[in-house]
Amino acid sequence: MLEIKNIYKTFNPGTVNEKAALKGLSLTLEEGDFVTVIGGNGAGKSTMLNAIAGVWPLDQGQIIIDKTDVTSLPEYKRAKFIGRVFQDPMTGTAATMQIDENLALAARRGQKRGLKTNLSKADTEEFKSLLAFLDLGLEERLTSKVGLLSGGQRQALTLLMATIQKPKVLLLDEHTAALDPKTAATVLKATEKIVNKNNLTTLMITHNMKDAITYGNRLVMMNDGKIILDIRGEEKKKLTVEALLHEFEKASGVEFTSDSAILG
Amino acid sequence: MDFLVGLLNAMPGAVAQGIIWGFMAIGVYITFRILDVADLTVDGSFTTGGATCVILTLNGVNMGLALLISFIAGLLAGLVTGLFHTKFGIPAILAGILTQLGLYSINLHIMGWGTKNGSAANLQVSVDRYKLLVAGRYVRDLSLNNPLIVLVIIIPIIIAILYWFFGTEIGASLRATGANDNMARAQGINTDVTKVLGLMISNGIVAFSGALFAQYQGFSDVNMGRGAIVIGLAAVIIAEVVFGKVFRNFSAKLLGCVFGAVIYYIVIQIVLKMGLSTDDLKLLSALVVAVFLALPYWKSKYFSKVGNKGE
Repeated sequence: MLEIKNIYKTFNPGTVNEKAALKGLSLTLEEGDFVTVIGGNGAGKSTMLNAIAGVWPLDQGQIIIDKTDVTSLPEYKRAKFIGRVFQDPMTGTAATMQIDENLALAARRGQKRGLKTNLSKADTEEFKSLLAFLDLGLEERLTSKVGLLSGGQRQALTLLMATIQKPKVLLLDEHTAALDPKTAATVLKATEKIVNKNNLTTLMITHNMKDAITYGNRLVMMNDGKIILDIRGEEKKKLTVEALLHEFEKASGVEFTSDSAILG
Repeated sequence: MDFLVGLLNAMPGAVAQGIIWGFMAIGVYITFRILDVADLTVDGSFTTGGATCVILTLNGVNMGLALLISFIAGLLAGLVTGLFHTKFGIPAILAGILTQLGLYSINLHIMGWGTKNGSAANLQVSVDRYKLLVAGRYVRDLSLNNPLIVLVIIIPIIIAILYWFFGTEIGASLRATGANDNMARAQGINTDVTKVLGLMISNGIVAFSGALFAQYQGFSDVNMGRGAIVIGLAAVIIAEVVFGKVFRNFSAKLLGCVFGAVIYYIVIQIVLKMGLSTDDLKLLSALVVAVFLALPYWKSKYFSKVGNKGE
């Protein structure tokens, strides 16, 4: 479903701020794979998701989504294939627009937009039932401005927007990191529900090793712009945080440095 | 007493000019508030609209067509700024300044069209000889010639069209671009296209407003748009300060822009009648707009209950 072939990206080349963020990264996701991604700060996790989404052009390599080579497509054209939820709850929604308007915008992802009304009666009914699925009471607040929602509500809404048009690939960039633990758990539950319901091919970055083990059918670990560990199926189910830490040190040669990832 | 009579006499004119500039303010609202871009093209495109309308009228083109072409001229001005911004990567403010500067020459040539040296700084159009839609001369008349009638009819038409447009799929994607362009791109919206489109519509309306204003004053002048952006911003901000709590609906906000411009012109009339020289008017406008733009910032900085005031 998703093929990342030997991609490279260096930021600010030729300056003092030069940073090689991706160094020949390759990864293939089968349809329905739910892959959790872990790794230390600066490992290139977010950069990988941005590369898939097409935020900037690659230096080298190829990205193929469902047999379509998207490497040279701009971000807005790739959006047809991709649903995204960002770390910052502010990023995924338009705060000054209503909940139903945000959903209507997302419902037309990948389609031609014309002079038809953005918000039809039929849409409204569909949005209500979708929001009810989240179980956050948002179905009663369709015409509220999104800016009035809490961070957790905004992330849940963004999740719905990312999946309202079934994406070929769902990219979750630490989408619960900015939330308090209880809200984070709620949003993660909603994520699992939506991913399972639609059998979505998913890449989820998390800073929490426990979550990385609990969710999904496959786990990859990144370090220094590459994938250094890829565990799936039965083997993944047996993983523990300790074992993961040990693997990390073995594969990377350095100690894992994020306390929150270990304790969280 | 003389002061009051004089003021009252000036009121119809102030209201008429206010409404015309109010259309201009709607254009500014589209870029400044909806698209979140400060577009300075308007100083030039306002004049372009006026110049285009006058030259066409003088050459026998009927008024409806002249207004339409003026509107299209504004669309093109916005297109240029939009392309400077999205395809040349020039910051929006600078892109607008460049277009505005270029338009100065173009406006001279528009007004000088068909003359020997091909350029003119101003152009008269007398209501005695041409059929004008809005003529300032009749603004105090109790007749159907009174420009206020036409202007009041145009207000709901413009607002209705914009209300419809911003409710469509394209209109909504334009609003999304202004609200959060990351989100817009993630939802498959080509934000370059929506930005260009927004700038075009805004400048189209501004040029239309300039076309009306040139008729109203009976001439177009290459400097008629100088400081237009400040008047437009003043109207938008006055509307938000005065009507912000009441006018929440989109069409009400657009109407607020018109009211804001009318208030601006009434206030200007009052200070002029109180003895302020017209030479100092622009200075006063600039200061007033600066203060009103600063208000929300000061409010958050000095009047918040908690927070660091030393920052």
